[in-house]
Formats: sequence, structure tokens, C-alpha cells
Amino acid sequence: MFHRESGYYKTSYAADMALYPLPVARWTVAAIALAMCVAPFVLHEYYVSIINLILVATVGALGLNILVGYTGQISIGHAAFMSVGAYTAANLAVRLDLPFWITLPAGGLMAAAIGAIVGIPSLRIKGLYLAIATLAGQLIIEWTINHVPWISGGAQASIEVPRPTLFGTQLKTQFQLYWFLLFFAVLAIVGTLNLVRSRIGRAFIAIRDQDIAAEIIGINIFRYKLLAFAISSFYAGVTGVLYTYYLGIANYEQFQIVTSIDYLAMIIIGGLGSVLGSIFGAIFVTLLPIAIRLGMENWGSLLFGDADIRNLIPNLRLILFGGLIMLFLVLEPEGLNRLWRNIRSYFRVWPFSY
Amino acid sequence: MRSFTLLLAGAAALALSTQAIAQKDIVIGLQCDRTGPTQTVGVFLCPGYHDYIALVNSKGGVGGAKIRALEIDHEYKVPSAVESYERHKKEGAVLISLYGTPQTQALTQRLTEDKIAGTSPGFGSAAAANGDRFPYIFPIAASYWSQAAGAVQFVKDRLGGNLKGKKIAYLYFDNPAGREPLPVLEALVKEEGFEMRTFAVPSPGVEMGAQVIDIAQRFKPDFVIAHLFGRSPSVSIKELKRVGYPLSKVVSFVWGASEADIIAAGGWATAEGYYGIQFAGVGGNYPVLKEITEMYKQQGKPAPKEMASTVFYNRGVLIAAIHVEAISNAVKAKGNTNITPHDVKLGFEKIKGFTLGGLVPPLEINNVDHEGGGWVQIFQAKGGKWVKSTEWFKAYPTLLKRMLAHGG
Repeated sequence: MFHRESGYYKTSYAADMALYPLPVARWTVAAIALAMCVAPFVLHEYYVSIINLILVATVGALGLNILVGYTGQISIGHAAFMSVGAYTAANLAVRLDLPFWITLPAGGLMAAAIGAIVGIPSLRIKGLYLAIATLAGQLIIEWTINHVPWISGGAQASIEVPRPTLFGTQLKTQFQLYWFLLFFAVLAIVGTLNLVRSRIGRAFIAIRDQDIAAEIIGINIFRYKLLAFAISSFYAGVTGVLYTYYLGIANYEQFQIVTSIDYLAMIIIGGLGSVLGSIFGAIFVTLLPIAIRLGMENWGSLLFGDADIRNLIPNLRLILFGGLIMLFLVLEPEGLNRLWRNIRSYFRVWPFSY
Repeated sequence: MRSFTLLLAGAAALALSTQAIAQKDIVIGLQCDRTGPTQTVGVFLCPGYHDYIALVNSKGGVGGAKIRALEIDHEYKVPSAVESYERHKKEGAVLISLYGTPQTQALTQRLTEDKIAGTSPGFGSAAAANGDRFPYIFPIAASYWSQAAGAVQFVKDRLGGNLKGKKIAYLYFDNPAGREPLPVLEALVKEEGFEMRTFAVPSPGVEMGAQVIDIAQRFKPDFVIAHLFGRSPSVSIKELKRVGYPLSKVVSFVWGASEADIIAAGGWATAEGYYGIQFAGVGGNYPVLKEITEMYKQQGKPAPKEMASTVFYNRGVLIAAIHVEAISNAVKAKGNTNITPHDVKLGFEKIKGFTLGGLVPPLEINNVDHEGGGWVQIFQAKGGKWVKSTEWFKAYPTLLKRMLAHGG
């Protein structure tokens, strides 16, 4: 509508392989980046804290999407890998007094190693059976953390962690932590964008679409399936570490199976097999309860009494949440991302129909 | 002259109206769980909280200012709890009523950094009772350590004042909260010379046939101390009954001793004799509850149905009452209602001799003891309701103090 996509000729391989080949896309990304840089200065701390939660959730959702959306392997043990990352980082930070730039990759790598082990059954089983196998992984990890004081740091199974320090400043406030989390979220987004168009990403997609065919064209299924589990778990581990630093504590009770289901909901609502969809899903799942609550607080009194509203808000959220998941699966099985693409392609040629 | 009077009246009105503007609401951040895994608690506890606040407001509030409890349901999820905390902070909350152990853990550091007091009655870690280590966390009710000590004291009294050579089974939910009392129980084994065996129930706690048979037919203890959550207390009652273990030799911690547990176990006739530890008075026979009923009657409404579940409802009233007491201490100390979270923190540390007609234990909170003494009361299921079987008491205070000093 406002721009032309034709007429841009690439004269080098680098230009051809750019993440965003069109100027309009580059400008959009630049505008979003600018908005993200300005946001914490103009927004109230409360809104910054919501963005922080979205940023952490984005990393986790991206990781799960690599596994479920791109490679087609279901996992309901995602939260357990987060706890592996969280406790690895917490132990390293507290016992050895290591800074975050060591504990964060260490947490990710440990989660990747455990994830690859939990992923071994994926070589033989698929679908529902694999879901149960990863569920077992979730429960085993939970149990282990719960029962090994050497990992969990005692009966409470929670380890207090000092907040990250950068150039001698401790990052404490939501504003400071925003930059910390934003850095890693951007890293995760750019990393995934590049991963899925690399040889590895193409292999993942081939396995998802038809694993026997993928094997026939020379993709080592064994290697790539485990790699998918490892990379996905690495993201999960990093999410766990980010949570640990954000909250100042590692606690396995926040990484239980409900959390795994939440992340699955995020990528299903957002869109399986898309980076943007993971981000949409993280935003949607984080914001929906807040939006419903705000709406009810402001307009609920028109219809209901005080005591009823208090009971209604949480229940309405559950109803709407469940209803929306069903609605998406019926109307747009490919999620918010597909919805966004439909809108975009409509306006691309607007006012013409094609 | 007349114009002068008018002027004076105008000035007075202006002064009054500015005062009315200055007299803004005192905001409390209330976290609840009405839909998550512990919703059976939240749906009774939170209405109790609101009813007490409404009662205070109907009497004119605190120091002339109304209290507004802003409830946010976090569904027992940590990210939602973080978001709700920030929202409460934005609204200017002077204290946060935390709900849930992982949520309490997750917010402890932030509360300390922001210097806002948070209360965690029945949640969080027992070590938080130590005000030196956790200056902004107030358990305000008996921690699991105090409950464990109270349970052993109670068993000792039941068994004739001597535990030497007696056998006690500890049936617990296999999670951090379930294991937390173990150090206290082990210390008491040494001190009192009884034999203890532990029986863990794995999550979600609805399957404990093997443990119960082990208890009733192999270990044959003189008493069972149970520490279970959610659906599992009712299962434990049912199973113990099935294998023929007398329920009058079972004492449960605070989250396994509500009306809902008894009903889920098959009714009062099944659970006859079962003991439960409480940190708030149980039953409808307290003046404050009558005042709430009266308040509803004046509005032409029946008393809320949540009141029938007295265990959790009364806990909500207790939490609200302690909060209001802390706020009114802060208002008194400051002289006006523009109180800061720090004032309220100091207000908590002045709570003493506030019993609300027996619903609240005789707490004494100070800058070291944020638990207020660890008071418990034990009730027994008898003839269709909870019947008081002990007065408020605190058990083994020196032992607990020693353990708290070690940092838990």
C-alpha cells in the first residue's frame, strides 16, 4: 500500500542473505528497536515490569517453539529445563561467586545436556508417547531437585541469588533489569531467526514435515532430534536463569508442569513454527489476564456487585483464556502470527484484492 | 458582619475540602488465589479479608481514612504475583498481603529492596520469623516450625506428659513445605526421646494407601502428625479411617484442618475425633463475626455464605485485622493518615495484646520476632463442628529461638 517490494536488486551475497532484505522491514525493525529503547524512560515502573515478564517469557517460548513448532517434537517438560538452568546458575553464583556472564551460559548448557538426555526417547517414539516421556522427564527433574539438598540448597529448595552486577552496578530496579533482560531476549530472537534459516533449521523443518523423507535425503535424524532438544532446553535453561536473576531466587515450585502447559499455550496461540508467533504468544498470555482485570475493574461495577466482581475476574479470565485457545484452534489453527500475516497481506495490495 | 461569617464559612469549607482531598484511601495490596491449585482456600479466605475491611470502613476507617484492599488473583503463579506486586506498588500500597510459598519466596528480595512489608501467614519459610534476617517479611502466624513444636507438645499432653519410648508417625506432603518441619521434629526426638518415622506422600497427594497401611499395621504409632495440602488431607482422613486407625490420635497442620477437608473426606461422622492445628480461631462464636453479620443485616443482605467455612474465613478476618492494626499503629505514631510502607512496618512491630475477642492469638510482634510468638490452638472435629480442645499456646519457644538464630 505504502511501499513497493519490487525494484530492489541485490548486488552481493551479504545483501541477499540479510535478515530483512526490504528497506521497509528494516525501518520497521528500527522503529520497534527505538520504541523499546525509549519505552522504559517514558513508562511507569509497573509497565516496565510487565515488559520484563514478557521478555523472559519470550525467550522460553522461542525455545519451545524450536522444538515443537520447527522440529515437530512435543515436549511438556519445558519448565523442568528452566529449573535445571535456574539451579545451575544459582549454585554457581552462590557457591563459587561467579558473575552472570558465566552462570547464564552454564545454566543454559546444563539444561541443554539434560534436555538432550530427556530427548533420547524421541528417536523411537512420537506424538502422544513422546509427550508422556517428556512428562516423565519433568517429574524426574522436579523430584531430583526436590530431594537432593546438594542441588536445592536445603529443605526449602530455594536459593537466594544476588542480583546481577554489571560494571560494578548491581541491577536491581525494574528499569535496570529491563536492559539486562532485553539484551538476552534480543539475542534469543536474533539467534532463532538465524537458526531457523540455517542448515540446522532447515533440517529441523524437514524432520517435522516428514522424518522418513528427511532421513532419505541425508539428514541425520539422531543428531538433529537431539540437537533440537538441546537447543530448546538451552533456551529454557537461559529463561530459568533470567527468572532467577530477575526474582533474586531460584525456586523449583514455579517451574512445575503448569508452567510447561502455559508455555505450550503461548506457542499454540502465538503460532507454531514462527519466531514472531512466539513473541505474540508471550505477549498475549502475559497481557490477557491483566487486560481482563483492568476491564472488569473499570466497567464491571456497571453489571455486578463488588464481591461478585472479585469472584468473577479470576474465573472470567480462565473462561476467556480457554475460550480463546479453542477459538484460535478452530478459526486460525496457525495462531496469532497467521492472523497478523493475513492482515499484512491484505493491506499489502490494498485497495486491490490481489 | 454577615459577609465575614460567610467568608469564614467559605474558608472552613475550603479547609475541610482540602482535608478531604488529603485524606486519601489507605491502599493494601491483597494477593489471592481463587482459581489456582489452592482455590479451595482463596474462595473463603479472601471474602473474609474484604468483609473485615468493609467493617472497619463502615465504622469510619482508620484515623478517618478509608482502607482499600486491592485484590489481585495470581492463580498461584509466580509471574502473575510479580505483576500484581508491581501494580500494588503503583497504586501506593502500604503493605502487601502475600499468598503462596513460591510467590512469597519470589517477592522477598524485592520487598526488602523497596522497603515494603509483606505478610505471609502460613506460607514462606519458617526462617522468615527472624526479623533481623528478613526485615520486611512478616509471617504474623505460626510457622511450620511452631506448628511442629505445637503438635509435639499437644501429643505429649495427650499421652500423659511423657514421650519417652512413644512412637509418632509424621505423614507429610513431599514438597519443601512438607519437609520444612523435619529439623524441628528431629530436634524434639532428641529432646523428648520419642521414636519418629516419616511417611512421605508424593504430589498430588491423593494416593497414600501404602503409607497408611504402613502406619496403622506395621509402625503402630501412638500418634500421627499429618502435614498435607490440597486434596490430600481428606484422603488421609478417609484412608486412616479405612484401615481402622483412630482419628482421635491424628493431629493435622493448619492446611489440613478445614471444614472443606472434613466434608471432602466424607462428612463429620467419618472424621469424628480428628484434631487440627489452627493459627486463627475457628467457629462463628466471635464478636467480630457477629459484627460482620450485623453490618450485612443493616445493608439488608444476608450474611455471606463463605462465613460457614469458618476455618478459612476466620483466617481472612485475622489477616485483615492484623493488617488494620499495623496500619492504625502507624497512623497513631505518625499523627496523620499519610503513612508510608516503612511506617506500617514499624506498626507491625508494635502489635501486642490485640486479640479480637479470641479470634487472634495474643501476638507480640517486635523487630526480631516477626511471627509474634508462634501461637497455635488445637480444635477437634466433634459432633458436626470444630470444637476447641486447647487454649492458645506456644510450644518449645527456647528450642525454636535457638534454631531461628542459626538461620534455619
